[in-house]
Amino acid sequence: MASSTPASLTADAAPVLPAPVLAPHVSPTREAWRRFRRHKLAVFSLVVLTLIAIGVVFGPWLWPVSISDIDFSAMLQGPSWAHPFGTDDLGQDLLARIIYGGRISLGVGLAAMFVAVFVGVTIGAISGMASARVDAALMWLTDMFLALPQLPLLLLIIYLFRDQLKMLLGAQGGVFVMIVVVIGGLRWMPLTRLVRAQFLSLREKEFVEAARALGASRMRLMMRHILPNALGPVIVAGSIEVANAIIAESTLSFLGLGFPPDIPSWGRILFDAKDQLDNAPHWALFSGSAIFLTVLTINYIGDGLRDALDPRRVL
Amino acid sequence: MSLSYVVRRLLLAIPSLLGISVVLFTVLALAPGDPFGELMTNPNVPASVQLALRAQFGLDDPVYIRYFHWLFSMLHGDWGFSFASRMDVATLIMQRLVVTLAVLGSAQLLAVLVAIPIGILAAAKPYSLFDQVANTFAFIGFSLPTFFTGLLAILLFSITLDWLPFVFQSNLSQTGLAWWWAEFKQTIMPICVLGLFQGAALVRYVRSSVLDVIRLDYVTTARSKGIGERKVLMRHVVRNALIPVVTIVALQLPIVFGGAIVTEQIFRVPGIGSLLISSILTNDTPVVMGVTFVFAALVIIFNLIADLLYGLLDPRITYR
Repeated sequence: MASSTPASLTADAAPVLPAPVLAPHVSPTREAWRRFRRHKLAVFSLVVLTLIAIGVVFGPWLWPVSISDIDFSAMLQGPSWAHPFGTDDLGQDLLARIIYGGRISLGVGLAAMFVAVFVGVTIGAISGMASARVDAALMWLTDMFLALPQLPLLLLIIYLFRDQLKMLLGAQGGVFVMIVVVIGGLRWMPLTRLVRAQFLSLREKEFVEAARALGASRMRLMMRHILPNALGPVIVAGSIEVANAIIAESTLSFLGLGFPPDIPSWGRILFDAKDQLDNAPHWALFSGSAIFLTVLTINYIGDGLRDALDPRRVL
Repeated sequence: MSLSYVVRRLLLAIPSLLGISVVLFTVLALAPGDPFGELMTNPNVPASVQLALRAQFGLDDPVYIRYFHWLFSMLHGDWGFSFASRMDVATLIMQRLVVTLAVLGSAQLLAVLVAIPIGILAAAKPYSLFDQVANTFAFIGFSLPTFFTGLLAILLFSITLDWLPFVFQSNLSQTGLAWWWAEFKQTIMPICVLGLFQGAALVRYVRSSVLDVIRLDYVTTARSKGIGERKVLMRHVVRNALIPVVTIVALQLPIVFGGAIVTEQIFRVPGIGSLLISSILTNDTPVVMGVTFVFAALVIIFNLIADLLYGLLDPRITYR
């Protein structure tokens, strides 16, 4: 780390000159970026993921084909100029559906990550600052949630609540909110443990003690001094969490319990494709590769972020 | 490992099991829909009969009494009746559980057998070519969701090459050696798909665990005594490095169950995972609850086993 020692002791005696031996001050972001760039695969993954994201967000303007135009004369066709990714069993254009599905899958991934990070950081911060008794209770709760069988419980909750939420929020919104909340709500535990561990070590550090001696309230200590220093590992874990949430959503949809057929997320397209593997392998291959490529690039970016943000790592 | 450690671990498992049962019951109690919903709207059933039925089945009791009723019947193995299969839920689950445990166990064994040698070799020469190749394959391995690898395997081995069957048959007609061969052919794909996914994640844990130990002073001491590199690695490093791996294998079980549900569904293996999906699709609530409860209990049992093994392997744990 670049050290910037202020010459406060000598400031009265002589005008402050920029010392030539000191390394120029580098902001933490720039330093992180410098470390991140050394991970070649992570940089490459960042480029690929950015391209996927741009394609998914702006795709509908570049490829203005409806996702639900049924064309029985073009059923189960392989890739062609008219349909670059081929068509499905109703003759719907797969490129358009995969672009649309990417919005759903990436949206669910990001939103579920934010839910998990919010819950995880909140509980972890409380646990790290509160009394031993509260801490023990919260950690027991965290451990219990960690021991829950995730996918069976996800399926159970969706099975029991889907009709009610559909009535409450409409078909698309209801399913989206439910999937995001349930996935995020079952994945906060690793983040809690991470944040708590950070808090436990940071709250004994000298700079926190100094702030406390200056009369900072507990809230201020937490928000201004400890939390910003604990964010590095949270960012790393959060990035991986996006990939996990995308896999969780695809799994649900693949089992036929996620999004309905008129909202083609990537997992849902794969679910529809699996019975036509022998006639139209392109159908499953394109949607599955989209999931794979996205998850792989996010995992590599997470690995690069770990290199970049972990101060213990010497590069 | 002392007896008191075992007893303490066993006692600690009880609150977690109770906690999980509370979570399951809460989900069930909060869910909309009434088991007598159909009866209520039926004009042929008089209101007094409806009320009597509700009272008889304890639907009007306070929620904590309902919870204890439910818990005791779950613990007694009285899990209700499956409407779709026309049989007791407990019997149904027990029939299917063997298949699931066999597939899961073989897959986990495969994962360990693949991951441990590769992880150790990768850590022995960190940042070497082998390490980088292993790392790349591990990343690809756990970024490929099991539902996609399963479909790819079917596409390659069943459809294109026509080597393996892709529909699981529980009543094979062959006998003797031919039966074993057919059984092997139909289980190899689900086991490999699940096992290699688990193995990919495990390789990284083994590698980092070995790297943690290999830097310790006692390893340097062993080397400076002139013990060969191979012996240092196997006798001094690996024995200690594998202790945390035991815990990781057990802690990953909730994730493994997720993978098992998916692979059973793809390859139509008649285990409790595919039972869960089919009963969700046919609205067979008692079976859904039963299977979820079994999954939860299995996770706790395996965590317990891991803890006990941990205490056995690492004597320092006992005195904490």
